[in-house]
Amino acid sequence: MKLQTQWAALGFGLLTLSLAGTVAAQQVKVGNLTGDAAAGKKEYRRYCIGCHGPNGDGTGENAQWIDPKPRDFVAASFKCRSTPTGTLPTSTDLFNAMTRGFVNTNMPSWLPLPAQTRANLVAYIETFSPRWKTQGSGTPITIPAEPAADIQSILRGRATFQKLECWKCHGTTGHGDGPSASTLTDSKDNPIRPFNFSVATRFKCGATNADLYRIFMTGVDGTPMPSFADQLQPNEAWDLVHFLRTLEPLETPEAGIWNAWLPAHEKELQPLGEQGQ
Amino acid sequence: MVKWLTRGRGEEWCGCLILMLLGSATPLAVSATPFTSTTAGPDTRSLAHDYSLALNTRSSIPAFARKYGLACSACHTAWPELNAFGQAFRDRGYQLGNDRDSPIWKDPSYWPVTVRITPNWHLEKTDNQPVDATPGDGTSGLVKGTVTQSGFDLSGMDLWFAGTLYKDISFVVLPSSDNTGSFHFEAAFVRFDNLFKSGWYNFKFGKFELDNLISEKRFLFLSGNGGLYQSYHFVPVGDVNNFGLGDNQIGMEMAGHSKNSYTRYGVAVLSNTDGDVGLTTGQSYDAFLTFSHAIDAGKLGVERLGAFGYFGQRPTTFQSSGGAAIPGTGTDNKSFYRVGLSGDFFFGSFELLPFFMHASDDAYLGTGTPGSGTLPAGAQSPAWNSAFLEAHYYVNPQFVFTGRYEMVKMSQQAIAGTPSDLGNINAVSLGWRWYPIMFSRGGLAWHTEFSLAQTKGAPPLSGNGVGGVFDATDWVKSYSVFTGFDFDF
Repeated sequence: MKLQTQWAALGFGLLTLSLAGTVAAQQVKVGNLTGDAAAGKKEYRRYCIGCHGPNGDGTGENAQWIDPKPRDFVAASFKCRSTPTGTLPTSTDLFNAMTRGFVNTNMPSWLPLPAQTRANLVAYIETFSPRWKTQGSGTPITIPAEPAADIQSILRGRATFQKLECWKCHGTTGHGDGPSASTLTDSKDNPIRPFNFSVATRFKCGATNADLYRIFMTGVDGTPMPSFADQLQPNEAWDLVHFLRTLEPLETPEAGIWNAWLPAHEKELQPLGEQGQ
Repeated sequence: MVKWLTRGRGEEWCGCLILMLLGSATPLAVSATPFTSTTAGPDTRSLAHDYSLALNTRSSIPAFARKYGLACSACHTAWPELNAFGQAFRDRGYQLGNDRDSPIWKDPSYWPVTVRITPNWHLEKTDNQPVDATPGDGTSGLVKGTVTQSGFDLSGMDLWFAGTLYKDISFVVLPSSDNTGSFHFEAAFVRFDNLFKSGWYNFKFGKFELDNLISEKRFLFLSGNGGLYQSYHFVPVGDVNNFGLGDNQIGMEMAGHSKNSYTRYGVAVLSNTDGDVGLTTGQSYDAFLTFSHAIDAGKLGVERLGAFGYFGQRPTTFQSSGGAAIPGTGTDNKSFYRVGLSGDFFFGSFELLPFFMHASDDAYLGTGTPGSGTLPAGAQSPAWNSAFLEAHYYVNPQFVFTGRYEMVKMSQQAIAGTPSDLGNINAVSLGWRWYPIMFSRGGLAWHTEFSLAQTKGAPPLSGNGVGGVFDATDWVKSYSVFTGFDFDF
């Protein structure tokens, strides 16, 4: 009996060492970089643990004070992906999100950290959920070339905004104050607000038109924002991008086209929202 | 209140230097008579100790950690020293760069204040000191003695207010006290960030720390002799220049940085008061220029190298009334400069901070001669070189070992024929800091340090001892042992 116990203990020890070794050796590729999970664990303790917690489940000591809540790496539902809804993002997606930060949350841009450090962090983050081993990352969607923005494209995008009922959450002027806005919750039942185009200087998942296109087509997992990949053709998605750019407080080319056209044609526009139905 | 310190072989050390390093609340009286001197009075020793601990004014601001919910370690290699992320945060005007930097996003009850102090036990021991042959009997004659003091004590205290007034408008107000509770404004400024929507243009106005690549306000040393960079405060024996590279200055600064703050520059125009308020000296201005660039060295970390130059003038003659100098009316300006290189190099968990500086003062400053007067025979512009190498080993974000070796070498004395090594300094510090807690609400470090400063024929810059030297041909060795709990909230 005693011998069996010793063998069992030895086996358990080897298993533990084996698993530990697996985590320590886990690596990811981000461009030319190879992120190392063991190295990332140290950096995670320094930079991330306060919000995302020691177990990566988004329950760090600061989580209770933060809105929106920190990402739960164990659930592995990520907002900003280049991959279809429901799939895991690529390591590069995580690297880019970490580098960019999330404009209207407490997640800062970690650009000042060495790229190797960020790659190591990605590798460690990918140890929190078994999905990374069982499923792997999804395949990035293809983003076709952007057609030129013109007033017709913007108007078609406006019509799509109405047809897909984007206004129900984002409001008719993009202020995030649509009739459904106050009822929205995320996948953890935390209240969540729709994106307010009128104050944000950049989007949650990037600043470019392609980033906005990607958001429509991949959705923002873990939030009520769905993927419209099945409803929108690429040209329709680009039209919607061009329209949404007119709602931002930025001097975008689309806003320039829109503001030049609007004064002489405002009365021709169909109202958005319930009045437009 | 005018206090003076005796320095070596009967030469007089201008007390204004010490008081200005102290950030004294009474700078007017000092600067009004810059070339008058007396011998050390009975207050000298307490003044010296004020200096050694009052200088422990550092910058780590849990007010920001509370505001953004980040642990100390996010911005600090080991607080208070900044890491690359913390440097970028500071360069952006205490903003993360997202859309929530404006205070409008914060709970109205949020109050951007931080307090920091270090209850401690320390020992200070300094030899080659002139002490009375019979204690208490000032007529018994001076003999060479060793002064040893030890016991429980307090450091100075910082009361930081810092944050954003609005998006891209930030501020700092820092009332700071010595360990007796005597306050002065260590810093107070407003900064306009991202002018022209570019990180390359940021304008600061008020009293602030010079943009030194290796900050004395954020370093990891607290002891009497180790709690200052000798290089940042040294002036030659007999020199009346009050400038200290580590002293906060008052003026305005244009600074800029790349998006990740790997490339940085700063240009500052400063009053020639060494940071003192009240228009105490003259009407000329100093200039400080700094530039640094960092590279991403992969697994090693971020490697930064920078250069700096400070070019200033100090008045040597004042208008007077009844023989008393009138503050702020200084003329006959004489120039000085400090130029150098510094770096911050990481090798994984190991950090090296090298520093080199060449400095020179005009002969009038070096000899304490009014500009209208005649220079003594053999007078020349004193010049010196200083350097240090500081090392940190980060066992983890909550435990760091520290060490530093520093030297100051005179290359030309103010009076030809003066021993070439008079005033030279060798200093070493070793220590460690352990942070038993590290989260976003406050910080605590158990700090332990040993330091030794050897000065040739001059009292240590720490102010330890009696502020003088018995045998100016010999070294003065000043030891410090320090352990304490450094906390901020």
